[in-house]
Amino acid sequence: MNIAVIDKILIRFFSELQNYFALAGQTLIRLFIRPFYYREFAIQFDKLGFSSLFICVLTGLFTGMVMALQALIQLKPFAATSYVGGMVAATMVKELGPVLASMMVAGRVGSAITAELGTMVVTEQVDAMRVEGTDIIKRLVVPRLLALLLALPLLTVVTDAISLVGGYIMSAGYGINPTMYIKGIPQFMVFQDLIEGVTKPLFFALIVAMTGCYVGLNTKGGAEGVGASAKQAVVLSSVMILVTDFFLSKIFVAFR
Amino acid sequence: MTGSDSIGMEKLCYSINNRAILKDFDFLLERGVNRTILGVSGAGKTTILKLLLGLLKPQSGRVFFGDLCITGLRESQYREQRKRIAIVFQGGALFDSMTVGENVGYRLFEEGKLTQGEIEKVICEKLSFVGVERAINLYPSELSGGMKKRVAIARALAANPDYIFFDEPTTGLDPIGVYNICNLIQRLQAEGKTTLMVTHDLPTAFATSERFTFLHQARLIFEGNEQEMRNSDIPEVREFLHPTEQSLFV
Repeated sequence: MNIAVIDKILIRFFSELQNYFALAGQTLIRLFIRPFYYREFAIQFDKLGFSSLFICVLTGLFTGMVMALQALIQLKPFAATSYVGGMVAATMVKELGPVLASMMVAGRVGSAITAELGTMVVTEQVDAMRVEGTDIIKRLVVPRLLALLLALPLLTVVTDAISLVGGYIMSAGYGINPTMYIKGIPQFMVFQDLIEGVTKPLFFALIVAMTGCYVGLNTKGGAEGVGASAKQAVVLSSVMILVTDFFLSKIFVAFR
Repeated sequence: MTGSDSIGMEKLCYSINNRAILKDFDFLLERGVNRTILGVSGAGKTTILKLLLGLLKPQSGRVFFGDLCITGLRESQYREQRKRIAIVFQGGALFDSMTVGENVGYRLFEEGKLTQGEIEKVICEKLSFVGVERAINLYPSELSGGMKKRVAIARALAANPDYIFFDEPTTGLDPIGVYNICNLIQRLQAEGKTTLMVTHDLPTAFATSERFTFLHQARLIFEGNEQEMRNSDIPEVREFLHPTEQSLFV
């Protein structure tokens, strides 16, 4: 690979990055500027948030169960199975709950946002809106971002709660007393963990919404382009969630 | 070259991936002069419409609405001026999450200057003008190609623009559909709207325009009326009007 090719790739990468942050910046500014599309926000909240409830419940339930199962196996030789509730809670609330809920939403919602906006781009509906005098960011991006900013922390809380139920079901099967399970939870957690658990999804919501919208609005070609964009949005969002989670965790640890 | 009531472009260059679509292109659409842009597929005809609307940014040159040069301006700075122009896209570009009525009243709902009742009156009026008033509660997916184009025309008319652009308005329609659209365009012109059309359909072009612009290899090679076009010595224009066996796969 010669220098010219590397140069071209780097220029394209930084140009895309610049455009991505420009869109994010313009969207954040427009969160506070009229007009507000309340109806569009309600539709998106239902479509992106409420409809994702079931997969988050399933994710929480089975992750909690498998976490408890593995913890029980590890803790049994040390006669410390009473701590299983705490271990499930600490792992889920701080890390797995936000990340798994966001990844599920990224897969389900991120691809849907991209496909919807991508289709609007290739069928010239976005151009038609612009000609009609609409601010595209305000009309299409802001309601989706707001819906996810509200929905994802709530979905994460649901995922966390259901995972504790899942952990309890598994523990009960192994004869752990319910009181012991519940009492173990505060022993492993502090209040800051709860703050961490609902702060992370805000950042992940920003990533899922902005990536979905950015990739969707930059879709080129026809049906094939829309498919490629949807795939790209899911992969990008998922990777960005994992990377961001690491840095957010480092920051939270530093302030502990 | 600019007039206070005209739309156009000067010395405009536009390329995609280093492929020139338009080179040093001059174009003027005067109020009251209906015009058609002709050229083979891929010549850049639709690009001209999008550049004139500010949907695409040129690499150099200028686009102007009357005395306002929009090149280099942010979209929010010429949104008001652009409201004088409407466009009927090739596929209609109807918003598929909205009903026909909501599509037609979209701009009016967005502007929020009229009451719900007044907007509904305008919607009924415009749908009646294009003859699809019974489709008011249908979604675009439930319409035929011809109906979609007519609804798109109704949407374009809703905000009472001075200029209406048509991108291949008759493509994919049966002869009756073509006749209906052609007739609608003539009625709009009779009401004082100025039209700019991009098409391959010569009978429609000749029936609805006074001036013709011919594009070839990113440049304007002909500008004139129907008679001048029919008598033109330019080989590309002659070939476009009378394709021969030599035109195959060109």
